Amino acid sequence: MGFKKKDILLILVILAVAFLAYYLHDLLGAAAAGTVTVKVDGVIEGVYSLGEDQEITINNGTNHLVIKNGKADMTEADCPDKLCVNQKAISKNHESIICLPNKVIVEVDSGDNGKLDAVTN
Amino acid sequence: MKGKVAYFGVFTALALIFSYIETLIPVSFGIWGVKLGLANLIIVTALYKLKLKEVYLLSVTRVILSGFIFGNYFSILYSMAGGLLSLTVMAALKRDTGFSIMGVSVAGGVAHNIGQLIVAVLVAESLSVVYYAPILLAAGVLTGLVIGILAGQMIKRLVNIQF
Repeated sequence: MGFKKKDILLILVILAVAFLAYYLHDLLGAAAAGTVTVKVDGVIEGVYSLGEDQEITINNGTNHLVIKNGKADMTEADCPDKLCVNQKAISKNHESIICLPNKVIVEVDSGDNGKLDAVTN
Repeated sequence: MKGKVAYFGVFTALALIFSYIETLIPVSFGIWGVKLGLANLIIVTALYKLKLKEVYLLSVTRVILSGFIFGNYFSILYSMAGGLLSLTVMAALKRDTGFSIMGVSVAGGVAHNIGQLIVAVLVAESLSVVYYAPILLAAGVLTGLVIGILAGQMIKRLVNIQF
């Protein structure tokens, strides 16, 4: 297709930057063992560290959250659709699990993104 | 030279038609915001056939017209940023004889996505959309390659036509 040396070089550099950015983001997101904030009906029920494995009972037992290996996962819910239970485990900043019927919101808050937030806000 | 206005009209019409065809293809790659950018085919071709000043005019005309017809205020904003950055980068690379139309087109595709991402950052007032950059970079390379191949074929067949 009439590629020249510099064309190939350019494409390789762009792809390298893309992969690097992708993995850097992955690494940075995972490296910070942050906290999860559990809110019920807008009121914070508790803040738990992702660093230690634990099981949390939310909203007097309607939902059950398990923190393991730095990830938070909703394992049980008494709502009919079970959307929150089927959702994958969360670990990166601002990821969240939401159980609408019980008004439960679990959101990750990893501290190291403070720099970015300070600039944008 | 006499038919310059007519040729410019043909280029504009072609770019608009390609914009229209683009809207007929439902989300082409299954990734939000990633499109082939068929209208860029005309811009890349024009870059090799017209004067740079005219290509800029063509690009701006194309963005505004297709924006009014197929899009809205925001899509004009996005396309304008992407289109102008893309054209500027392509014009710069084209001066370097080390790059063929493939490299120029790839750089244009990537620059187009970066331009749109910059607007997205400004509109959303959040840097978090930058996390989308790796996908957009890779997509820009891919669409740039396709457009480069097509534009190369077009220019080969337009070789006897002077504007």
